[in-house]
Amino acid sequence: MKYVDEFRDGKIARRLAAAIAEAADPARDYRFMEFCGGHTHAISRYGIEDLLPDNVRMIHGPGCPVCVLPVGRVDAAIRLARRPEVTLLTYGDLMRVPGSGGVSLLRAKAEGADIRMVYSTLDALKIAESEPDREVVFFAIGFETTTPPTALALKLAKNKGLANFTVYSNHVLTPAAISHILESPEVRKLGTVRIDGFIGPAHVSTVIGTRPYDYFAEEFEKPVVVAGFEPLDVMQAILMLVTQVNDGRHVVENQYVRAVRPEGNLTAQREVAEVFELRESFEWRGLGEVPYSALRIRPAYAGFDAEKRFDIPYVPAPDNPACDCGAILRGVKEPRDCKLFGTVCTPETPMGSCMVSSEGACAAHWTYGRFRDPAGARRKAS
Amino acid sequence: MKANNRKLDLKSGRVELSHGSGGRAMAKLVGELFHAAFANAELLKGNDQAAFSVEAGRMVMSTDGYVVTPLFFPGGNIGDLAVNGTVNDVAMAGATPLWLSAAFVIEEGLPLADLKAIVDAMAEAARTAGVAIVTGDTKVVERGKADGVFITTTGVGVVPDGLALSADRARPGDVVILSGTIGDHGIAVMSKRENLSFETAIVSDSMALNGLVAAMVAAGGDAIRVMRDPTRGGLAATLNELAESSRVGIVVEEEAIPIRAEVAAACELLGLDPLYVANEGKLVAIVAPDKAEAVLAAMQADSAGRDAAIVGRVVEDDHHFVQMTTAFGGGRMVDWLSGDQLPRIC
Ligand code: SF4
Repeated sequence: MKYVDEFRDGKIARRLAAAIAEAADPARDYRFMEFCGGHTHAISRYGIEDLLPDNVRMIHGPGCPVCVLPVGRVDAAIRLARRPEVTLLTYGDLMRVPGSGGVSLLRAKAEGADIRMVYSTLDALKIAESEPDREVVFFAIGFETTTPPTALALKLAKNKGLANFTVYSNHVLTPAAISHILESPEVRKLGTVRIDGFIGPAHVSTVIGTRPYDYFAEEFEKPVVVAGFEPLDVMQAILMLVTQVNDGRHVVENQYVRAVRPEGNLTAQREVAEVFELRESFEWRGLGEVPYSALRIRPAYAGFDAEKRFDIPYVPAPDNPACDCGAILRGVKEPRDCKLFGTVCTPETPMGSCMVSSEGACAAHWTYGRFRDPAGARRKAS
Repeated sequence: MKANNRKLDLKSGRVELSHGSGGRAMAKLVGELFHAAFANAELLKGNDQAAFSVEAGRMVMSTDGYVVTPLFFPGGNIGDLAVNGTVNDVAMAGATPLWLSAAFVIEEGLPLADLKAIVDAMAEAARTAGVAIVTGDTKVVERGKADGVFITTTGVGVVPDGLALSADRARPGDVVILSGTIGDHGIAVMSKRENLSFETAIVSDSMALNGLVAAMVAAGGDAIRVMRDPTRGGLAATLNELAESSRVGIVVEEEAIPIRAEVAAACELLGLDPLYVANEGKLVAIVAPDKAEAVLAAMQADSAGRDAAIVGRVVEDDHHFVQMTTAFGGGRMVDWLSGDQLPRIC
């Protein structure tokens, strides 16, 4: 399409591709993980894999908030929404995620639950204010970028004394998940999967800065490049990673100088810290329990914590045992290695986290890339 | 009985249940609103059906229900949509659309002024397209049982001799032509949705395409294998339908697909892929390679096809995949849409 956008220029892309091909040492291979689903989406959507030399491979990480939300928490939200007094508000892409028995928020809504889609936490507050008779619950999910708006809404609700507004917090943390992957037995001890470097999400770093990654760079000796979400950003980040690996360096670099500072956004960090505290552990779909990887609402805001106001028993709902998401998120396997891929598991009927949204590894491969699979041999236009 | 002799209060009146109950109120609504706007000899006879003599040859018929929120959007309203949409469905057979029927399901309480604006838009669209609305029906349902107004239109047209356009006729080597920019309608409507209002200059492309089709048929005749208007589900859905029906693959070039910068920007903002956004005044034609340039030239000479472009080719593919060469030179699939396109969060 005729994007005149400087970040989408195909010519620059091809120049960068040539630079990567030239920099990549044919005697070795490079395996980088893009943590964030936004990057996974950009890579698949623009066919960036086709532009990389064969010895540079991207592993799609777990950074898709919708994907990693455990089914048990979707079920809990649905049970909450089915209470006659409750209005459940959430972001659009969560609506379709199937819980147990294939029941999604969309389905529960069709069956009569009062579930509405909002575009911001401020919309959620407005609804709570204009409908004082309803118990308005905001089903909050997301990484560090979506946490400050939730914190802000909670503070505003407290200031206004909004008695009918609560938040069901499912906010999770990027660095904890990356540590978990690096510390997984496959990566660390057995060494079966090598990850040579990470692309970190720029929007997360606009909030937390680049410092939290210093630890990986030092402790695990892995280069990290914090990159924007435009496809050209991703390609430039890949080039920077290849160069670091070649030079034997492992530092945190910032590709996204447009908006990221090392210390991040201190005001936002303060707001978040005032409202949220760490959970000792949180279940990630596809990764299992990850220590200190999520946020809950502080006791000072208990009045606005849905987990305190309502009895929300957590019933774990394990994924199909044949699902290989855990291995895929760690780079041990690829979607096409899973025997459920494309047979029983498709975006309409996801069996595991990676198929849930187009930012997940399996769904991205299904939606954009499966023509590359041997069974779906690609036909070139003649 | 005096009140009944008063004219419809088109300024501040509202549709009431009595307007659909078969009595005098309904007769007044039909007479003062529908007949006045659609004025044609057949309709004014006041029969329960329209009669017309048929020519020799093939005729086509198509029907479609129209439901849109909001009823009024930049560049049109549900009225012109209901006429243009069905005119286009008939025209996609290469046919000349001639007659339409229109059935209304109206929610009690709809302002008569809104109904009049919608009906006027239908009349205007029908005039522009050269078709007559010759029969119709009106029902009024209780508040909450419908969303403003639902309109169903059926269209009948005649196909010129020697044409047999059909979705199963695409062959490897054929050329895929798109008549103009994608995504305008969907984004225009979305920009006015509750909760989502954003400022944009984008207007719906709602438009009748029968004139464009006639010019294409004159230039390409039967070398046009198939035409289809990519409405709901956008260009992606249409290409997949055609690939599936013809049991072929299609490869499109991202850089060749016309899109307005504002539409691209709005899609970016909302996390939508413009390939899946609805259009209401565009068509895709698959044409045999030897006539492709002639058909393209005829399209570009018509105001409805000014931005027409060759966007891809039909290839052999047992999987019937639609693929795209991205602006970057990489490849991707253009798959069927799964579920609805919902704006994503981060
Ligand atoms: S294809 Fe489905 S079941 Fe298999 S790994 Fe991916 S998400 Fe899990």
